[in-house]
Amino acid sequence: MSRAFTLHLAVLSGLLAAAFLVPDWQVTNLARILVLATFATGYNLAFGYTGLLSLGHALFFAAGMYGAGLPAWHWDWPALPALLAGTAAGGAFAFATGLLALRTAGVSFMIVTLMFAQAFALTILYFNTWTGGDEGFVIPDAARVLFGLDLSQDMPRFFAALVLFAIGLLAALALVQSRFGRAMVALRENEERARMLGINPYAAKLRVLVISGLYAGAAGAAYGLFFGYAGGSFAGIQYSILPMLYVLLGGAGTTLGGLLGAGVMFYLIDFASDITDAWLFLVGAVLVVLVLFAPKGILGWVRAKWWGGLP
Amino acid sequence: MSLLSARGLTRHFGGLRAVDGVDFDLSPGEIHALIGPNGAGKTTFVSLLSGRVPAQSGSITLDGADITGLPAHARVRRGLAYTFQITSIFPGLSVFDNVALAVQGGMQPARALAKAVPQALDRVDMAGMQGAQAGTLSYGHQRLLELAMGLALAPRVLILDEPTQGLAAGEIAGFKALVRSLVPDVAVLLIEHNMEVVMDLATRITVLNFGRVLAQGTPDQVRSNPAVQEAYLGA
Repeated sequence: MSRAFTLHLAVLSGLLAAAFLVPDWQVTNLARILVLATFATGYNLAFGYTGLLSLGHALFFAAGMYGAGLPAWHWDWPALPALLAGTAAGGAFAFATGLLALRTAGVSFMIVTLMFAQAFALTILYFNTWTGGDEGFVIPDAARVLFGLDLSQDMPRFFAALVLFAIGLLAALALVQSRFGRAMVALRENEERARMLGINPYAAKLRVLVISGLYAGAAGAAYGLFFGYAGGSFAGIQYSILPMLYVLLGGAGTTLGGLLGAGVMFYLIDFASDITDAWLFLVGAVLVVLVLFAPKGILGWVRAKWWGGLP
Repeated sequence: MSLLSARGLTRHFGGLRAVDGVDFDLSPGEIHALIGPNGAGKTTFVSLLSGRVPAQSGSITLDGADITGLPAHARVRRGLAYTFQITSIFPGLSVFDNVALAVQGGMQPARALAKAVPQALDRVDMAGMQGAQAGTLSYGHQRLLELAMGLALAPRVLILDEPTQGLAAGEIAGFKALVRSLVPDVAVLLIEHNMEVVMDLATRITVLNFGRVLAQGTPDQVRSNPAVQEAYLGA
């Protein structure tokens, strides 16, 4: 068993143990962090490893949320098919977006993905009789039971979130250590050189974007089902920016960066909003400090200083 | 029977006729040098062959198959490898990963990595440097790494764009021995400014001038060609 794999198992065990050590209300926070961390881990595959700076991931997250929530609401789908439908929706929207957006690169790619996401957010509002529009809708309780676990209860919800995150994390680890993972990094570092080594950049990036979309879709679907609500605000630009901030904070191009970033940011906002109403100001200040003094993020810094083999 | 051939290959940039109707043949197992004054269209010509720049007209065949419309990465997978004039490695990755990417690009089986990477590095005398970060290597070693990546693609045709640029005299001797050891398994097309290297290595030479073929032949034929002497050797 490699050192990296051991580390990942230790982190997952630590999370499991934490659920029994912290007070009940914190268990809900942990579940929320784990779902957002799943989102960020998928974002990191595209942004951190492959260099695809997308501003449209809210589209894939919301596609997952509505892909799970709408069938649960309109047609009484149970949790598991809804979760799978949401995951597939995230991947399908990523595929469609990527087909067109990947004809561009850099800033143009950011803008095109942003436009797609904004168009989707407006579409949700436009069909408000069907989607609940701005107000959103409550996911029926019947769709919130997964393998006998009542997802409206703290502990079952936490376990479900931990399993989701664990699958996402270990899959990401396997991916970045595979041959395809090496090609992903090559595309980020020097696309023209990668092309002259026989890598098809367009096909490889599309594949990464679909994988990233599956993560976002699964996270969006889980967020809806676990916390019982789907709404138009989840399709907004904020949910494209959040995973990017998590990844920048935790470490772009590190498997655990998404988790660390989501966790630190969550408690930072929690802490800041206790002190002042202007908590966004404090968050902004922390980010400026981060970009100035630790542009590689926390784990990027750890990798540079102590452990070059950190995946 | 030629391994790689071009017919009427043309690429203009605005009014500049960078490559203007070039016919060219590379035979299996030969070392073919491409020479010409600066701006003669050498790099554009090999860019057309490798697919980095699309041709405006003309055709390219590799081993009898028309590859004119294929994108660059697909040509690489068919055995047409190109090493860059300006050292182009992945500085942030380890030497192993750099070469491993090339091995993967050649689509050798997964288990080949552990064997093929040290093999390619061994050929350029860089065995034991697998763990080093590519960006921290000396310039000479980066050039050799670039070459190892070309070899690791297991190509049928290897295009080397000014491979000896910036190498010390001792390194050039090693480079010549290496290129000789590649034939006849690989056909080599070499763009080179160092005439000593060209005359020593090449079995045939093509001279380009203003995007057209000025002369073609053995080193002796090219050396004694009056048009070449006038245009290029400055006699």
